Amino acid sequence: MHEHDNILLTEAVERYISGEMTPDERLHFENLRKADSEIDQMVVTHTLFMQRMNRYNEWQKFHASLNEIHTDLATQGTIDSPARKGKARLAYLYNRYKRVASIAASIAGLTALLVSAILWSVTPKSHNAQIETLSKKFSSLENKSRKQAEEINSLKNSHTPDPKTPEITYSSRGTSFMIDSKGLLVTNAHVIQNATNVAVASNTGTEYFAEVVYTDPVRDIALLKITDKDFKPLPPVPYGFSRKMADLAEPVFTMGYPREDEEIAYTQGYLSAKTGFNGDTLSCQIQISANRGNSGSPILNNEGDVIGILNGRQKDQEGVAFFIRSKNLYNILNEVKGKGKTDTTIQSVKLNTKSSIISLNRTQQAKKIQDYVFMVKVS
Amino acid sequence: MKETVLEQEILLLKGLARNDKKSTEEIYKQHYNLIQALVVNNNGTADDARDIFQEAMVVLFEKARSGTFELNCQIKTYLYSVAKRLWLKKLQQQSRFTEEWNDAGSLVRVDDDLEAHEQKDQDYNLMHHSIQHLGEPCKSLLEAFYFKKKSMQEIAEAFGYTNSENAKTQKYKCLMRLKKIFFSQYKK
Repeated sequence: MHEHDNILLTEAVERYISGEMTPDERLHFENLRKADSEIDQMVVTHTLFMQRMNRYNEWQKFHASLNEIHTDLATQGTIDSPARKGKARLAYLYNRYKRVASIAASIAGLTALLVSAILWSVTPKSHNAQIETLSKKFSSLENKSRKQAEEINSLKNSHTPDPKTPEITYSSRGTSFMIDSKGLLVTNAHVIQNATNVAVASNTGTEYFAEVVYTDPVRDIALLKITDKDFKPLPPVPYGFSRKMADLAEPVFTMGYPREDEEIAYTQGYLSAKTGFNGDTLSCQIQISANRGNSGSPILNNEGDVIGILNGRQKDQEGVAFFIRSKNLYNILNEVKGKGKTDTTIQSVKLNTKSSIISLNRTQQAKKIQDYVFMVKVS
Repeated sequence: MKETVLEQEILLLKGLARNDKKSTEEIYKQHYNLIQALVVNNNGTADDARDIFQEAMVVLFEKARSGTFELNCQIKTYLYSVAKRLWLKKLQQQSRFTEEWNDAGSLVRVDDDLEAHEQKDQDYNLMHHSIQHLGEPCKSLLEAFYFKKKSMQEIAEAFGYTNSENAKTQKYKCLMRLKKIFFSQYKK
C-alpha cells in the first residue's frame, strides 16, 4: 500500500477509535473492515496500541500529581512523611531542575557551535576544504531555540519519571556498522570527533549508548563499542571484510542514514578510481550518490564483502565519493592488538573473511545487512 | 450518616477518575498515614511507604476510571488491602521478611484487580522503554501530538516543518517506529 494511503488509514482508525466519526462514516468504515481483513487487523492492533499509549499518558500525569500532592502535604505537615533529606532530597532536586540543567547545557552547546562556526568562517580555506565530510550537522538554530522555548513552557507540568536516563540532544550524526556482532562498530573518526556522548540506533530505531574505544584521525577510522545493558549480541555478521583492491568499474553498494527521517537508505554505484582524493592511496574513488549522514557507511561489492568505509565526497563534482579501504581496518586492528592493554572486545575481535550472503540477490543481501548498520548520534 | 459517607466517597472517586487534584489530595490526606504505618511497622521505610501508597493509588485510579468500583467497601479498606498485598510482594522479592505481621485494618479480596494491575504496569514500563528508545525528534513530536494534544499546524511551526502535511508524514513515520519497537517486545 502507498504511504499516503497508510497515513490516511491510520488517521481514520484513530478517529474511529476515539468516536469522532459521523454515523455515516462509521458505517462505511465498518463495512471496509469487514471486507478487508488486513484493515481489520490494523484496527485491532492500533486500538490496542492507542489504549496503551493513552494509559501511559494518564498514568504519567497521575504520578506527577501524586508527587506534587505528597510534597505539599508533607511540607504542610498534614501527613507524617519526613521531609526529604540527604540523597532523597538530592534526587528530588535533580529531578526538579534537570530540565533547566539540560536547557542550560544545550545553550552552552549552541554557544560552542556558534564560536566554532565563527572560527571556521575566518579560517583560510585549505586545499582539503574541497572534500566534504559527510557527517550530518543539525544546523537549524532557529528550530532549536523554538524547541527550547517549548521546553521552557512545559517546564512547569513536566514530569520525567526515570532519573537514570537524562535526555541528551544529539547534534550530529553519521553511520556505522558492526565488525563484531557482540557490539563493536566501525565509523569515521570525523563523525565522532569532539563527541561527549555517543549513541547508536538500529534500523528499527532502538537506541543504545556507546563509547569510542579507538580513533585514528589520519586514517579517519574510529571504533565504537555498545555499552548499553539493553543490547543483545546479534547473530554473526553476514558480510566479509575484503583486503583486496576492487577493480575499476566494479559495482558497489552501501546502506546508511542520510535521510532526515532517520530511515535506512540503500544506494549503489561503481568504483571509478583506485586512488582517493589527489592520489591518496589509503582510499578509493567511487561514483555513488552519497549524502551527509552517509559517513561511516560500509561499501560492499557483489559478493557481499565490505571493501571499505565511506568517508567523504568531492564538493564540486556530483556523485564523486571516497571510501577508506578495508585493508586499513585490518591494519588498525593488528596495531591495536599488538600494543596490548586495550579494550578486551578489540583484543578478541576477528574480522569475518567469508561473506555468508555471497549467493543471495541484492534485495536479500540488503535485508541481511540492514540489521548491522547503525546510525551514530553524537552530542 | 452512612449514606453521606458513601456519597462523599463516590464523589471522590469520580474526581479521582478525572485526575482532579482536589479529590486526589483529599484521598491522600485521609489515608496516607494509615498505609505508612502499615509499611513502617512491617520492616519498611518512609520512602517504601510512599512508593507503596502511590502504587495503591494507581490501582484505585484505574478502578475508578473503569467505573467498576462497587462500593461494597470503603476506599480505606480497598487501599489498605491493595497496599498490604503490594508490600508483601515487595518484601518477598527482596527476601526481606517481617517476622510478625502487624495488622490492624480490615481486608477485601483484590486478587483480580492486582492481576490486572500487574499487566498494566508491565505495559506501562514497556511503553516507557519504547518511547525512551525512540530518539529525537520523534519522541517530542509524538508527545506533542498525542499527549499535549497540539495541532499539526502548531507542531509544524514548533519543529520547523514547512507545512502541516510534512509534519503529518513525519508523525506517521515516528508512530510506525514506536509501534515497531513496542510490538517487538510486546508479543514476548
